[in-house]
Amino acid sequence: MIKNILNLGDASVYCDFGKDVNKEINSNVISYFNNLKNKKIEGITNITPSYNKLIISFDLNVTNFFQVKKIIENLEIKKENEYKKKLIEIPICNQKNFTLDHNRLEKILKIKYDKILEIFFSKEYFCYMTGFIAGMPFLGDVSEKLRAKRLETPRVKVPKGSIGLTEQFCNIYTYESPGGWNIIGNTPLDIFNKNNQKNPALINPGDTVKFKQISQDEYDKIKK
Amino acid sequence: MNMIKSKNNYFEVERAGINTTFQDDGRKNLNHIGIPVSGAMDKRNYKIANALLKKNLNSPVIEFAYQGPLLKYQGEEIFIVITGDVKFQIFRENKKQINGEPYHVYLIQNNDQIDIQSTNKSVYGYISISEDFILDKTWGSYSINTKAKIGSNNGEKLSNNQKIDIDHKKKKLTITNLNYVNSKIEYIRVLKSINFDFFSEKSKNIFFNKEFKVTKLSDRMGMRLEGQVLENVVNSNIKSEGLVKGVIQVPSDGNPIIMLSDHGTIGGYPKIANIISADFDKLVQMMPGSIIKFKQVSLEEAEKLFKFYKLETDNLINQI
Repeated sequence: MIKNILNLGDASVYCDFGKDVNKEINSNVISYFNNLKNKKIEGITNITPSYNKLIISFDLNVTNFFQVKKIIENLEIKKENEYKKKLIEIPICNQKNFTLDHNRLEKILKIKYDKILEIFFSKEYFCYMTGFIAGMPFLGDVSEKLRAKRLETPRVKVPKGSIGLTEQFCNIYTYESPGGWNIIGNTPLDIFNKNNQKNPALINPGDTVKFKQISQDEYDKIKK
Repeated sequence: MNMIKSKNNYFEVERAGINTTFQDDGRKNLNHIGIPVSGAMDKRNYKIANALLKKNLNSPVIEFAYQGPLLKYQGEEIFIVITGDVKFQIFRENKKQINGEPYHVYLIQNNDQIDIQSTNKSVYGYISISEDFILDKTWGSYSINTKAKIGSNNGEKLSNNQKIDIDHKKKKLTITNLNYVNSKIEYIRVLKSINFDFFSEKSKNIFFNKEFKVTKLSDRMGMRLEGQVLENVVNSNIKSEGLVKGVIQVPSDGNPIIMLSDHGTIGGYPKIANIISADFDKLVQMMPGSIIKFKQVSLEEAEKLFKFYKLETDNLINQI
């Protein structure tokens, strides 16, 4: 399942699961992530899954590349211990004040905004990974009809709760942050809650997200 | 209970300094939800600060950058120590003024002031105290990450006129000082990274033979360098993947960025090289305007150099 294991610097292991980004490859990454995490191996300081890679950092005081590499090569992947995947419904409001890239997307995609939303809401999205900023989910795959490039100049501030599109992925800005994705709406939900130290992220790798369109009134009610 | 006691023992922050935070060894195993490790930038100086006061080496300390804080102490006497290459003074209540020396333990009494004027040709310094700061932990660490607003002090850097409460347990201490000089380094040593071959032969040569300059766009998240542009001949965007401390990314403008303690957890720029762990402490102390030259080593050499770094650090701590 792992195509190649390399060192990334002197204190991390780089596991390459293949070039493509798809659900199957990503599920393998997540499966390795969960199994390694459950083993609680001494000296491992971070395990970071992404679309098709898994990076394992370790404390050079405790272990080294060859030891960790060996553990990964001999790792028995148990299916039953896998993370229980959830289907999560995320309400989005698409009032004009939230759809920062309304005009830009209509122009690039050559589709009317109503139709863009119809296509967007008709799908369920798979969470490939979380990160960049705390709890930001990277979801896919966006319909081929809605694939747009990043903004040429990223925004200095993207509002919290914004839903962004770039190429085959969409994401949710868990905090106000700089960012260059095309913003099509906003969710009133807190996707990341740092006060919930056990489960701070609402959406985790392997989960499925279903977006639901809501009105401004409904948005305001949830926000309260 | 602590809160009642604490009212009697605290620092008043009369001047916060440029970027003054609490740091410890950082928070682990949270990169997968987007939380960086954080923690003290210069690990050796951080650990020595705690060692000099006979504390657990992973206790939280105050980290400052360039200009540090001006602190006024209120309460029963405590000991403090400052590490790094730092210029500071202590003003006693009786108007006596002491030119401070790093790695020396000082007794601090009610109304004394500690004025951290600046780091000398370096970036970070540390203050540890013999007693305990009263702080909140987030995910097992006191380290402040100001970008994500995580950690003690509500995830914010210190601000003027705030208080730092201290839990005074009246610890006994035999004073030991240390004579230590932070050495400079001629090269920063690196390992070739995953995307090294994305770069042209000319650029590979430039990387190992030319000088790079540390720019002002450097902080706890990363260090941006400028020099001759590195030309990517394969692909300047890769699929986003995990990042680690010390990785050198090269975006399409061709200028390298080194990821440091508060770095974003994933990124999509090609990685040309990784700084070896043994050289992190020296790297982070390089000020904007400093010249960096990279030297390639093998993984085995990097591991040996780390063992040597660790031995050196342990020896310093054992001297105390």
